[in-house]
Amino acid sequence: MAQKIKVAIIGPGNIGIDLMYKLMESKYVDLDIMVGIDPNSEGLRLARENGFRTSDKGISAILGNDEIKIVFDSTGARPHLKHAPLLEKDGKVAIDLTPAAVGPYVIPTVNLDEYIDSPNINLVTCGGQATIPMVAAVSQVAEVEYAEIVATISSRSAGPGTRQNIDEFTKTTAKGIEIVGRAKRGKAIIILNPAEPPIMMRDTIYTKVKNPDEKAIRESVAAMVSKVQEYVPGYKLRVPPIIDGDKVTIMVEVEGAGHYLPKYSGNLDIITSAAKAVADKIAQKIVKDIEKEVV
Amino acid sequence: MQKRIRIVDSTLRDGMHAVSHQFSPEDMAQIATALDEAGIDTIEIGHGDGLGGTSYQYGFARASDEEYLKAVSGVLKYAKLDVLLLPGIGTKKDLEFAAKYNAKVARIATHVTEADVGEQHIKLAKELGMEAIGFLMMSHMVTPEKVVEQAKLFESYGADVVYVTDSAGAMVPVEIAARIRAVKEAVSIPVGHHAHNNLSLALANTLAAIEAGADMVDGTCKGLGAGAGNTQTEVLVAVLNKLGYETGVDLYKIMDVADDIVAPKMKRPQVIDKNSLSIGYAGVYGSFLLHAERAAEKFGVDARDILIELGQRKTVGGQEDMIIDVAYELSKK
Repeated sequence: MAQKIKVAIIGPGNIGIDLMYKLMESKYVDLDIMVGIDPNSEGLRLARENGFRTSDKGISAILGNDEIKIVFDSTGARPHLKHAPLLEKDGKVAIDLTPAAVGPYVIPTVNLDEYIDSPNINLVTCGGQATIPMVAAVSQVAEVEYAEIVATISSRSAGPGTRQNIDEFTKTTAKGIEIVGRAKRGKAIIILNPAEPPIMMRDTIYTKVKNPDEKAIRESVAAMVSKVQEYVPGYKLRVPPIIDGDKVTIMVEVEGAGHYLPKYSGNLDIITSAAKAVADKIAQKIVKDIEKEVV
Repeated sequence: MQKRIRIVDSTLRDGMHAVSHQFSPEDMAQIATALDEAGIDTIEIGHGDGLGGTSYQYGFARASDEEYLKAVSGVLKYAKLDVLLLPGIGTKKDLEFAAKYNAKVARIATHVTEADVGEQHIKLAKELGMEAIGFLMMSHMVTPEKVVEQAKLFESYGADVVYVTDSAGAMVPVEIAARIRAVKEAVSIPVGHHAHNNLSLALANTLAAIEAGADMVDGTCKGLGAGAGNTQTEVLVAVLNKLGYETGVDLYKIMDVADDIVAPKMKRPQVIDKNSLSIGYAGVYGSFLLHAERAAEKFGVDARDILIELGQRKTVGGQEDMIIDVAYELSKK
């Protein structure tokens, strides 16, 4: 068994905690420390209970520790803007789960290989992680002039960060649709639904394409769904692509793994799963590079 | 003593649903000019789903937000120009843009349990010097206590007015009155009501709201709007006149706007049919109507079955994509 790369999480909120549970299953990375700023936070308590080191001194507890190669930031856009240069200077790869967008947007199934050496990787938004693979799947077999996504999530899974910055979601997701999904123009809509029991995350992806080839689109979409399922098993196509003139409609549902957040929080699960997938890939690369140096 | 009731005419916004968002900027300018001359206090314009609403999800409007704003802001002499913004669809940038075109009123619409997504937008509207109105949609889905809790949130963000909205046209007068009365007691800002006519109760509900203390109510000429439409502005003015309320609207002139200018531009009669009645009965968002009719045709199912199922699934405003989902599922049964 190859050595595991040490990683840290900054931000012990819902996302950080869920990520902690996911990393416990990783073959390639080893969570070393969870850091926050409130010693009494639920996240730090859970990390301690699970045998991880914790600190309430924020990022300073990580800087200077050369063993830690990868740092997940699930704080917020503003703190990450401060963290990003510090981490880079310290030689650590940052995987950014905030909307700060310091580094390139990455969707694991679409463009991770391109940015595997980037010191900072941004994971767009939860809605972006759920829908951009579908936009990209259509882009692979057609020219997408416009793509629009509608993400519907349960009210319970939208934390105060999302609520107070709902515009960030629409803006960042739309940009991700254009840059990573390769649509000429992107638009994103988010809807919160308070139904009880909470609904699963549902996403609709509309694309406008010239002369859609139904068979090619269906195959490309099916292949992409399988790729996403490799790290998010609860990612499902609800309705096969519906072609209506130049409009292609795709609907997916995302059921979470239920690690820390309940299963209906597929929206949070998909971004923590993406973070783990990215870290696993980078860790394998780091190990390979070290082995090369040794030889 | 005559109480003054402020009327918002939304023919050029809610009415857009009924014409699949196809009014031209010229249509809007013409109707707005006439509404202004008739003495309407506040005129709401734009895509039916508000700023940024033009989309596959809700339908593409004939023109852009900018073109509509430009066309209308140039013709208003007395009335305040009003825009609707649903956080999650429109953004703060859209609001800044509308303010540049002299929009004086911003209605920030959220689902009745989600007022907090509108905090930033209410605050921005205030910074831009606009009147900010918190607009609680689908208020039939929760208790009066919950409506009060959310209305107070809007008030705490600095909203100038809070609306209790019956987006599905699903309530009866006593239910409206209970919500308006409870909110009126709990907040110190004016309270408004926006009704839909799916159960043929839009005007009755509007009166119940006024009797319960509402200061501001909505209407549309010919009742043009989502589902079976809204409270009919010209009828509302006549009834309020009879009841001794002051509206500032000239009855003959508003009748003329409705019959001579709006009616010829209508695409279909604004009536309660089996599908719009089903919307009120099932308590689903009014703008689902035309989308459900199209999906029913495409998938060979009954639009009523789609609408009733959407009600059972507790869908909220904006979830037009669920119509396809449900229609597809029903067609597979």
